[in-house]
Amino acid sequence: MTVLEQPGSSRNKSSLAGPPPTWRPRVDPAPLLPDEEPYRLLGTDAAARLDSGLLTRLYTQLVRGRRYNAQATALTRQGRLAVYPSSTGQEACEVAAALALEERDWLFPSYRDTLAAVARGLDPVQALTLLRGDWHNGYDPHEHRIAPLCTPLATQLPHAVGLAHAARLKGDEVVALAMVGDGGTSEGDFHEALNFAAVWQAPVVFLVQNNGFAISVPLAKQTAAPSLAHKAVGYGMPGRLVDGNDAPAMHEVLTEAVERARRGGGPTLVEAVTYRIEAHTNADDATRYRSDAEVETWRAHDPIALLEHELAARDLLTDAFVGATRDGAEELAADLRERMNADPELDPMDLFTDVFAEQTSQLRAQAALLRAELDAEANGHTEEAAGAEGSAEEARP
Amino acid sequence: MTTTAAPATARKPATMAQALTRALRDAMADDPSVHVMGEDVGALGGVFRVTDGLAKEFGEDRCTDTALAEAGILGTAVGMAMYGLRPVVEMQFDAFAYPAFEQLISHVARMRNRTRGALTMPLTIRIPYGGGIGGVEHHSDSSEAYYLATPGLQVVTPATVEDAYGLLRAAIASDDPVVFLEPKRLYWSKADWSPDAPTEVAPLGRAAVRRRGSSATLITYGPSLPVCMEAAEAAVAEGWDLEVVDLRSLMPFDDDTVCASVRRTGRAVVVHESNGFGGPGGEIAARITERCFHHLEAPVLRVAGFDIPYPPPMLERHHLPGVDRILDTVARLQWESDWTEGRGE
Repeated sequence: MTVLEQPGSSRNKSSLAGPPPTWRPRVDPAPLLPDEEPYRLLGTDAAARLDSGLLTRLYTQLVRGRRYNAQATALTRQGRLAVYPSSTGQEACEVAAALALEERDWLFPSYRDTLAAVARGLDPVQALTLLRGDWHNGYDPHEHRIAPLCTPLATQLPHAVGLAHAARLKGDEVVALAMVGDGGTSEGDFHEALNFAAVWQAPVVFLVQNNGFAISVPLAKQTAAPSLAHKAVGYGMPGRLVDGNDAPAMHEVLTEAVERARRGGGPTLVEAVTYRIEAHTNADDATRYRSDAEVETWRAHDPIALLEHELAARDLLTDAFVGATRDGAEELAADLRERMNADPELDPMDLFTDVFAEQTSQLRAQAALLRAELDAEANGHTEEAAGAEGSAEEARP
Repeated sequence: MTTTAAPATARKPATMAQALTRALRDAMADDPSVHVMGEDVGALGGVFRVTDGLAKEFGEDRCTDTALAEAGILGTAVGMAMYGLRPVVEMQFDAFAYPAFEQLISHVARMRNRTRGALTMPLTIRIPYGGGIGGVEHHSDSSEAYYLATPGLQVVTPATVEDAYGLLRAAIASDDPVVFLEPKRLYWSKADWSPDAPTEVAPLGRAAVRRRGSSATLITYGPSLPVCMEAAEAAVAEGWDLEVVDLRSLMPFDDDTVCASVRRTGRAVVVHESNGFGGPGGEIAARITERCFHHLEAPVLRVAGFDIPYPPPMLERHHLPGVDRILDTVARLQWESDWTEGRGE
């Protein structure tokens, strides 16, 4: 006899039927679900309504971005950059992220998103400081409202949520757009950030660039979700699935999400379906985990070529326009090459200046030690200087 | 650096928890950018009631109940600090803070440095820590060594009711992140401290000599201070006159006060609950040895928790440094000089 079969069992009482008393669907999930196919504009009838000015702006930025990626990659071969994670093939996502934002908004890029920062107006050399290895971050984040390029995966997403939330508390209509890769969506911080954003209805847009691989691990081993955009429904925010190589579609979807957030409509998760044409970084061998044939199918879906098709149909792809765009991109590359080829001047004493607002006695002592070593180096009297460091007490860490 | 006893008039017994609440309240009233956030800090007032009444007084936007997610709590606080707020984050228990370690170490601790001063992190991370309250597993860790191992973090822990107020005010006012460790078994310790009387905001990075003595120095902090004070009183019967130094702040570390004391007494014992191996005592002993070697009459000894995962509550009294173990350790210092003569004071 089981417990339920015992005399007095309440199993047959009708009052126990139905769902638990407090259960109710919190929101209707249907409007939050992404489309079945990635949203496209180029090559569809809807492309006709696109503004020509927007198309030429996007095109100019895409071409500049492609050239920037090539130049930065070349700089790694010359040893001028320690590493460069190229966004070749993903330029439409990068450019659209930058152009969807207003000046007052904030961008939270990952390490692959230098291009978004440059398209937003950041000095190309400053954008590469981290990857060059002279300092971790080469710009004042407040100046362009761009958070430092983030190396840990997805940890910048909660920062974007907190900043957007704080802005709203202060009554500022500021939106934060945070970028992350498909691999980053597996991290705990991705989950916590989306959850906080939805609960707080924070004005944030999450842009996932699904480029197919987290270094070498393909999406199928990253997630079992129908799509990354589908994850949104679990948090109670809309998910949008977009062709990440369709620059006007990316721009439209991100702009809508930004405006929705600004109006108090809360966060959106946008998944851009794209592809990383280059390896993860120059240190990676992509032939080990993917076929050339696969890469070629994506080369055929190139964001620049897709846009050129539309521009040509409108007779906008004139020799003069293409030439001017290319010249502008070459100028950008030449400037980058020239300035990156100069050795940065670094002051070792800066190591101690920004650990704390007020230097601790421990750091003062360590700074004194380094100063003495530098002086000795400069004087070429290493042995004598070692004895002249001052009292051991002062120089000791 | 001794804290002077304030006049007994207008004072009544208050607990450390009440002093912390008052510090939060005063900080929020003085500065609208101060925001308290964490799980259960709102309607419940925190599981230790330290945030009691703040949501009611300042609204839920200033004292916010968050989702149960420590990385999310600290990560969003980073973004809030980037936008000019001064978040005070509560991690409910010591071991609950571990999910937030990546945010703490990869971002909070180094944001000023990596942006060369452009982005600062005026964050206070309140963490009830340590044992002695009969908590089950994951509720009694002394995690200070992890924080101390991370450059860019200030690590502060009060041991008195007055310091709970003064140090928390200073932590919130600091433009750099502070891991503010609250010794949870002292939450209900009382002192004649009145929230209505003016209390000094204690500067961070300064130790306090809690008891003058000449035979040896006990160096301690947080939950072990009352134990050391008791040991020092008990030691009088043995003819030992122990000095007790309360560090108050582990980073910045007050080498001056510690060394001045050890040079006077010639002997030192570091006392803390955290395990000894890799614990703060090793660093402190090394610093003393490097600076005071010629003044030392004996090696610097440590009384620490055992090198074990925090034990179950029924056994924790064997693990925690107690008066007897402290006195036994003091006795192990090589007593050759005549105590009554003191040491060159």
